[in-house]
Amino acid sequence: MTQDVLTRPPGEPPPPPARSGLLPRVLPPGLYAGRAHTLVERSLLVNRRTWMAVVSGFFEPLFFLLALGQGLGALVGEVTGPDGQPLTYAEFVAPALLAASAMNGAIYDATYNIFFKFRYAKLYDAVLATPLGPVDVALGEISWALIRGGMYSGGFLVVMLGMGLVGSWWAVLALPAALLVAFAFAAVGMAATTWLRSWQDFEFVQLALVPMFLFSTTFYPLTVYPRPVQVAVEVFPLYHAIELMRGLATGVVHWGMLGHAAYFLVLAALGAVVASRRLGRLLLR
Amino acid sequence: MSEEPDTVASVIRDTALVRASGLVKRFGDFEAVRGIDVEVHRGEAFGFLGPNGAGKSSTMRMIACVSPRTSGDLRVLGGDPDVDGPRIRARIGVVPQQDNLDNELTVRQNLHVYGRYFGLPRAHVRARAEELLDFAQLTERADDEVEPLSGGMKRRLTIARSLVNDPELLLLDEPTTGLDPQARHLLWDRLFRLKQNGVTLIVTTHYMDEAEQLCDRLVVMDDGRVVAEGSPAELIRAHASREVVELRFAPGHQERAVPVARELAERVEALPDRLLLYTGDGEAALAAAHRRGLQPVATLVRRGTLEDVFLHLTGRSLVD
Ligand SMILES: Nc1ncnc2c1ncn2[C@@H]1O[C@H](COP(=O)(O)OP(=O)(O)O)[C@@H](O)[C@H]1O
Ligand SMILES: [Mg+2]
Repeated sequence: MTQDVLTRPPGEPPPPPARSGLLPRVLPPGLYAGRAHTLVERSLLVNRRTWMAVVSGFFEPLFFLLALGQGLGALVGEVTGPDGQPLTYAEFVAPALLAASAMNGAIYDATYNIFFKFRYAKLYDAVLATPLGPVDVALGEISWALIRGGMYSGGFLVVMLGMGLVGSWWAVLALPAALLVAFAFAAVGMAATTWLRSWQDFEFVQLALVPMFLFSTTFYPLTVYPRPVQVAVEVFPLYHAIELMRGLATGVVHWGMLGHAAYFLVLAALGAVVASRRLGRLLLR
Repeated sequence: MSEEPDTVASVIRDTALVRASGLVKRFGDFEAVRGIDVEVHRGEAFGFLGPNGAGKSSTMRMIACVSPRTSGDLRVLGGDPDVDGPRIRARIGVVPQQDNLDNELTVRQNLHVYGRYFGLPRAHVRARAEELLDFAQLTERADDEVEPLSGGMKRRLTIARSLVNDPELLLLDEPTTGLDPQARHLLWDRLFRLKQNGVTLIVTTHYMDEAEQLCDRLVVMDDGRVVAEGSPAELIRAHASREVVELRFAPGHQERAVPVARELAERVEALPDRLLLYTGDGEAALAAAHRRGLQPVATLVRRGTLEDVFLHLTGRSLVD
């Protein structure tokens, strides 16, 4: 072969670093440059100016906690915890709201914000003209949604601690658990967003989130439902997140919780794969 | 590639930054690009000239490795976009038809962040951004939002952004469409500088003056096909004439003038609002027209242009 034109002449910027890690090996070339973090850098720059959104995302569950835990809790009295032990209503509802906040933080970013950047700002068209591929975009944006969801949850945990609602050292693990939950919701949210055609379609997102928030044992134990309804609720992702958080916050930890974690790992992987594929399919035509 | 002797052919191969043969792009059952052959060499400014819908953008997107080809062969910087997409994109710059600047970032941040997408170190990107702001004459607007910039400024920023990775090949899809004349000239000036610095340019346009100004060589595209190829001067020589006389008549009078006009010029095109007479000597033809009793309400003698080339090749004007 004569001189490969792709060999870089001297004195020019270096080629992109070799792709390393597991993902590049399992993905077809062209989809992933291993540089998803540059999109996170972008989000950090952008959100330096919109940090208020983060603050309000943190206060929202806090207000819920005050209203439900302290307010409604005074009427409800004690509730049966995961182990059959009695819990104050605030202790019962707080981990569930923690899970919900991880979900909301991640979903908000992965749906509204990504929809805007995808359909209107044409951000990803610009990004895909660089060496980055759809997997970089998906992982970068999901990671940001995860960071955002994680920040909500971190703040929320601090509030729980301050209000004396944390019953065990296991609660330290609630933060990584919240990150996992946020990752999975962000990934699924982003994947779903690629199917949305207009702002009206966001009604569907609300339609999925509101019942999940209300019925996933957030406010009362699973035992209030007849068995068939229980089975349905057990399919909701938020149910698994709440089980995870409630167990960790109250210190009732068992092997079954690995099952909940696995549920989210699968959901996260599935969401990321679908989101990348859809982005590639829609933008690289 | 197989072993090949170091012949002239293989040397030429190395200077071709883009080589397309039988390139086809289909969207569903619509064929936007219908088998084109194109070669772009290092250091030249190459143009795709054609009306809206000719398939220019579709071709550019394939070259930019953001749109897989349907069939045919395509090499960009020696690589196959289907396989080497990221490596090729790392070394080209792209100015899309529609600006897609990051409106959530400032002018300077747009350059920083874009440089980071290319994996360039932060310090390098920072220094490069200042050079590019200067080049694009945007230093004073560096910390402003992108949204309020004028169309010309946005276009310059998009070009600056496309240069952040020091590309060897720059793709510009309708760089000046929608800009006022002053903004266009400023932009052309920047593109000339790039060319002087050895950047290979590929430009699409439906403005014949832009193609004549910028391009060393171009192809005329229509309906997904290449209908002519050459330098602007070659194309004008082959498909138009050195000079053109335009005659405008009062409504209803043009028809009767056509037979006379045909005797005065090598070729005549009748447009809805005027006659075009293709001739080597415009003044002489115009004088003859007056002698023969034609009474146009307005006349114009001008050089032959690529617009005439296009009209001749397709029977339609470039810009409606
Ligand atoms: N993504 C697409 N899906 C379907 N048709 C398309 C798409 N992109 C372009 N086309 C069609 O292909 C033809 C050529 O378009 P384009 O390449 O944008 O032409 P030009 O840039 O020369 O104006 C047009 O008829 C256009 O409608
Ligand atoms: Mg176009």
